[in-house]
Amino acid sequence: MSTISTPAAPGSFRYQLASFWSDFSASRGALVGLIFIVFILLVALFAPWVAPHDPAMQDRAALLVPPVWHAEGSWNYVLGTDAVGRDILSRLIYGARYSLSISAMVVVISMGVGIFLGLLAGYFRGWIETVITRVMDVVLAFPSLLLALGLVAILSPGLTSAMIAIALVQLPYFVRLTRAAVIGEKNREYVIASRLSGAGHLRLMFNTLLPNCMAPLIVQATLSFSTAILDIAALGFLGMGVQPPTPEWGAMLANAREFMGSAYWAVTFPGLIILLTVLMINLMGDGLRDALDPKMKRS
Amino acid sequence: MALLDIEGLSVRFKTSSGLFAAVEGVDINVDRGEVWSIVGESGSGKSVSMLATMGLLPWTAQVTADKMTFDGQDLQQLSSRQRRRIVGGEMSMIFQEPMSSLNPCFTVGTQIDEMIKQHLGGSRKERHERALDLLAQVGIPDPARRIKAYPHQLSGGMSQRVMIAMAISCNPRLLIADEPTTALDVTIQAQILELLLRLQEDTGMALILITHDMGVVAETAKHVVVQYAGRQVEKQDVKSLFANPRHPYTEALLSALPERAGNQARLPTIPGVVPGQHDRPSGCLFNPRCQYATEHCREVEPVPAADDPARTLCHYPLEDGISPSPAAAGAARDNPQSSPHREVRP
Amino acid sequence: MFKFFLVKLAQLVPTFIGVTIVAFAFIRLLPGDPILLMAGERGISAERYAQLESQMGFDRSLVVQYLDFLKGLLHGDLGNSLVTHAPVMDEFMSRFPATLELSLFALAFAVIIGLPAGVLAAVKRGKTLDHTIMGVSLTGYSMPIFWWGLLLIMLFSSTLGWTPVSGRISYMYFIEPVTGFMTIDSLIAGDWGAFLSSLHYLILPSIVLGTIPLAVIARQTRSSMLEVLGEDYVRTARAKGLSNFRVIMVHTLRNALISVVTVIGLQVGLLLAGAILTETIFSWPGIGKWMIDAISRRDYPSVQGGLVLIAFIVMIVNLLVDLAYGVINPRIRH
Repeated sequence: MSTISTPAAPGSFRYQLASFWSDFSASRGALVGLIFIVFILLVALFAPWVAPHDPAMQDRAALLVPPVWHAEGSWNYVLGTDAVGRDILSRLIYGARYSLSISAMVVVISMGVGIFLGLLAGYFRGWIETVITRVMDVVLAFPSLLLALGLVAILSPGLTSAMIAIALVQLPYFVRLTRAAVIGEKNREYVIASRLSGAGHLRLMFNTLLPNCMAPLIVQATLSFSTAILDIAALGFLGMGVQPPTPEWGAMLANAREFMGSAYWAVTFPGLIILLTVLMINLMGDGLRDALDPKMKRS
Repeated sequence: MALLDIEGLSVRFKTSSGLFAAVEGVDINVDRGEVWSIVGESGSGKSVSMLATMGLLPWTAQVTADKMTFDGQDLQQLSSRQRRRIVGGEMSMIFQEPMSSLNPCFTVGTQIDEMIKQHLGGSRKERHERALDLLAQVGIPDPARRIKAYPHQLSGGMSQRVMIAMAISCNPRLLIADEPTTALDVTIQAQILELLLRLQEDTGMALILITHDMGVVAETAKHVVVQYAGRQVEKQDVKSLFANPRHPYTEALLSALPERAGNQARLPTIPGVVPGQHDRPSGCLFNPRCQYATEHCREVEPVPAADDPARTLCHYPLEDGISPSPAAAGAARDNPQSSPHREVRP
Repeated sequence: MFKFFLVKLAQLVPTFIGVTIVAFAFIRLLPGDPILLMAGERGISAERYAQLESQMGFDRSLVVQYLDFLKGLLHGDLGNSLVTHAPVMDEFMSRFPATLELSLFALAFAVIIGLPAGVLAAVKRGKTLDHTIMGVSLTGYSMPIFWWGLLLIMLFSSTLGWTPVSGRISYMYFIEPVTGFMTIDSLIAGDWGAFLSSLHYLILPSIVLGTIPLAVIARQTRSSMLEVLGEDYVRTARAKGLSNFRVIMVHTLRNALISVVTVIGLQVGLLLAGAILTETIFSWPGIGKWMIDAISRRDYPSVQGGLVLIAFIVMIVNLLVDLAYGVINPRIRH
């Protein structure tokens, strides 16, 4: 986040970081969110050491074992097992790797491409802008999940196509934000000064304009991250995302669906972890928004 | 018995860094049919004290007063329902930004009608006719057409006339005008002031005019309250105020009038700004900007002398334009503007 | 106002063309031979291949194919389903009322609860009630609705037996479709039992589909209300001696609604996306379930037609929202 700096702003970068942190940590929800995210990132990173079992290991002697607090439960399988005897806790821990890394890639791709297109549109205006904004309007005309499904159908179901599809669906938001921010900043004195001192197009776009448009983009990135987690899980649930037996959260839910009546735990925990992760990221996003840009609103 | 009688009014706002006293120790006692003026720079708390009187401050404000009565009724004791009967009906207010003070979603007629319905009642037809009369009374041409207009179709001056029509619609006994001309063009300003004074004379209501313009005060008011940084620093009738300002701040405001500056090349100004929440000086709040300030002023907060009818908040109130402050001799040499003025405008 | 409408309509034309190009490109973008792909693992005879090729026009140039596609589209011809061989348009239209009915009930649920909740949170700003409402709506906003649906089914249908699990109406009733809305059709038939049954079947799916819009509406209402509460004209309303209720419900809410209506309109795209998941969970015979089935059966003409039609619906709704915005905002109306 070394990019949040305005030439016009008073004080050093360290000072700004400190004031950002004091605003951000003023919100208890944002702090809770951050701590949870860091925790789950660590768990995902050290999954092989943290998880009690191999996520693919099928214990034929322990099918649909309930969680530990039931009379039939055991400490061996804390959150119970699924229909083929795999440990749910371990699968959730490994599942975090997929959800978080795919979502992170989605944000990187759509933010990178979106910023580039938005800069082009806002900086050059004219026909480039018209073409880019029109194409984005078309993308927005389709309900996001539907477009992602259609793309996955073309690209054949799987991890990579799910990632590309969701990144494309998120793209317009980054393009629009960047374009609006660039148009707003373009005629400010510091940009004109930079141009007069002979800076080229690329330098103006990336070194001068971009750093000053970052605040709303960072907020949008957290929003996209949580949306991506939901969409990945939805695709997995519909059988169009990450394919079984990969322990992806949405796919786990889809598998457990038929045992809904007899084994609530197999359905409850994957969904709960999705909800918690998304909720915590959104809490953090609200805090970020308040700290970075009090004017920006999110509905 | 005064119509509006306020003593020791204080308003404190809850902020993240504790309570901030926006207004402290304001006294005002307006009789029926009188014209008063409250003067001060921005940030002097003049609007806040009147908003507190109307009960229009947000919940973060704590309003206290030793006495706060309207027509003998204790405003602090009334239930909110009883108070709403006074507010708008007997005591109404117009604001600084006429364009944003009207609701953009409703027509002019609807907004006036709503007020009449609330306080006077009457049939739809009677109310409609009253609204038309009011619009004509405040000098709006073609009222039958304008009554159907939305606020965004009106100019600033027209909007302020509508606000005035609305404020006088229920025959109030007191009208508070909070810088009613500040946001308007200079030519419109005079018209609006004239209108207010004419309506005041016609209806016999009392008028409190909040302004930062001493020129406006001279042309309109009979009594003046001067506020600085939330404190009332002086209260006099307008003739003696212009003849013998008691507080150095009043004197400085008067010398900033073009009429007073004579043929000087530059108008004198008061250096510095009104202190805010975080930069309040110790001692007298005006001391950093006062040309007569002494060490005593910087250390001790002044209180009005008991025998001073002007209740001047100063250690060394001016006598006939001359400051008894030990610092005055030097200041007078440096700045010819501190010499007394004989010319009286009103 | 009419001019405003025409301008908005004209702005839609490029997007309309873009949508048709995307949908047209959809089948051509399939890697490899689209006909072989559609055939799947079963393979295809040379005869059938040639037949399909000429039926879908793959043997002509792309421009001709696109113009043909556009022409068909304007005549309501989207080709035939590969599975049922019925016209895609008919298949779509027979299922759309089910989705529309569900979406309207979900939206009604979201507005009826979300709007007052947002107003209440704004009025009680900073109090416990505000924090509670905002906490609940952020949770709703973060909800994976496919899981939420399963959870509600487990609780209300399986455990408590209060609500049915799937479908639109009890098998005991057969209602002749007139409008395609089960609630309206049962009223037309004068069958109260069927009407109540259709409502009974709507409860859970509407709650599930309405959850995220509810959260969005509550959040937007609160923030618009807070913004408007700081406006000068709200102070004027208070200065008129109006009751607190009137100040909030008339002067503040009326203005806050302008941005809330826009947000409500934006939920339609979200509802249609959510319908895919909701209909899958509740076996609701609407277009969402139909699209999923088409995708998994590689029924590409149906997928293509569905994409185009759904995008049109979203565009038309957005146009209506712009109009509604004009109607409730006097600054645009005049």
